Amino acid sequence: MKLNLRVWRQQNTDAEGAMATYEVDGISPDMSFLEMLDTLNEDLILRGEEPVAFDHDCREGICGACSLVINGDAHGPERTTTCQLHMRSFRDGDTIDVEPWRASAFPVVKDLVVDRSAFDRIIQAGGYISAPTGSAPEAHATPVPKPDADSAFEHAECIGCGACVAACPNGSAMLFTSAKVNHLNVLPQGAPERETRVLDMVAAMDDEGFGGCTLTGECATACPKGIPLPSIAAMNREWLRATRKARR
Amino acid sequence: MTLGPSVGLMALATRTERRTEPQPSMTRIFWRSTVGKKTVMALSGLIMLGYLVAHVMGNLKIFFGPGEFNAYGHWLRTMGAPVLHHSWALWIVRVGLLAAVIGHAVSAYQLSRRDIKARPTAYVHKRPRASYATRTMRWGGIILALFIVWHILDLTTGTVHVGGFEEGRPYQNVVDTFSTWYGNVIYIVAMLAVGLHVRHGFWSAAQTLGAGNARRDRALKAMANGLALVLTAGFVSVPVAVMTGVVS
Repeated sequence: MKLNLRVWRQQNTDAEGAMATYEVDGISPDMSFLEMLDTLNEDLILRGEEPVAFDHDCREGICGACSLVINGDAHGPERTTTCQLHMRSFRDGDTIDVEPWRASAFPVVKDLVVDRSAFDRIIQAGGYISAPTGSAPEAHATPVPKPDADSAFEHAECIGCGACVAACPNGSAMLFTSAKVNHLNVLPQGAPERETRVLDMVAAMDDEGFGGCTLTGECATACPKGIPLPSIAAMNREWLRATRKARR
Repeated sequence: MTLGPSVGLMALATRTERRTEPQPSMTRIFWRSTVGKKTVMALSGLIMLGYLVAHVMGNLKIFFGPGEFNAYGHWLRTMGAPVLHHSWALWIVRVGLLAAVIGHAVSAYQLSRRDIKARPTAYVHKRPRASYATRTMRWGGIILALFIVWHILDLTTGTVHVGGFEEGRPYQNVVDTFSTWYGNVIYIVAMLAVGLHVRHGFWSAAQTLGAGNARRDRALKAMANGLALVLTAGFVSVPVAVMTGVVS
């Protein structure tokens, strides 16, 4: 396959960026999107140009490191992570636009790499439980109803990649935050901090400069892990409950 | 055996930090949060929606002739009597609605500013995002606010009314307004905006108030569409009836 790439190049956070056009040849349809970028970077290095910076780690679709808005879609046309997106989703001769996540809370570090540490600070505000550490507790000591366990697991699937923020026209982190809040709030282990968790995590989310939710549903469509849109309603419910109940 | 200083420190280190700084009041937390502001928008929106349902039912009385329509208009001023003085109930409703409009508009303005700031850079690769109703919420809201001003000046105070405004004769006033081409255009455009605004707004309010879940979302969407359709059709039927001579 031969492809025309238009890639966002930006030296650093403060520099002006622009789209740069590259041609890549010899792409196999079985390559992942990141392998295609590796091929481009090898060409660039051989030509003595600076390779395109992009985030990646496990390349198995489970770590949440890869990002990229491909042709206007976070993680590209398939519902998966960029590392699990294969070039067979494109056609020979296609022009592909590759841009970084866009949100003021995710400043561009270089080229396609953005700083997603705002997510870490949201987690630090309440994405934990205060269980004593030590040996593993007896598995049957705390019964968890099956629907609650399923719900917690569904939300725990969030890998924190930030596609929800990138897809949202308001740069809102509501889907991410709701996944993290609901994951722990539905479980008995998360009950002691049920109120402070949701209040503190929503406050941290607002402090990072993410936008508000207008229920466009773009986040849930982009999410490679299928975190559903009703998660946001569930977190709103928890938040409203907490404002009535919280003892601070 | 004496305990060394390190043992004392260890004991301290296992005690988790407590919040000592004074916490802001719950009202402050509520209004500062994007979720709290959305709650204000949802509640004020539902108040206005409830009013619109009552309004459209009153409007449809025009099809039963000037006697019934004018009597209904008169009853609006005597409702609550003899407990309440003439027009007091109407003024209580007006004050409540004004509070809802202000709460809705201030939250919308503050949230919109925040949302626009959270996504300062647009993607180079454009693609249509979200539904038409969702994308037109802000402009639709501004159009509706302007319409409400015109509507009150036209049919409540009579300031911009043409054809001799007569208080206590709403039937004739309505026929006058819809006998002008611009009266019809302004009204019908605004009613289409109402439909679009309610379509996304009702569903969105339900999510904000935490009513949404995977099973209920289909019913909520159907209710939003139904309300939008009934309101728009009900309101638009009046100018159409005047134009076609059904009401004269």
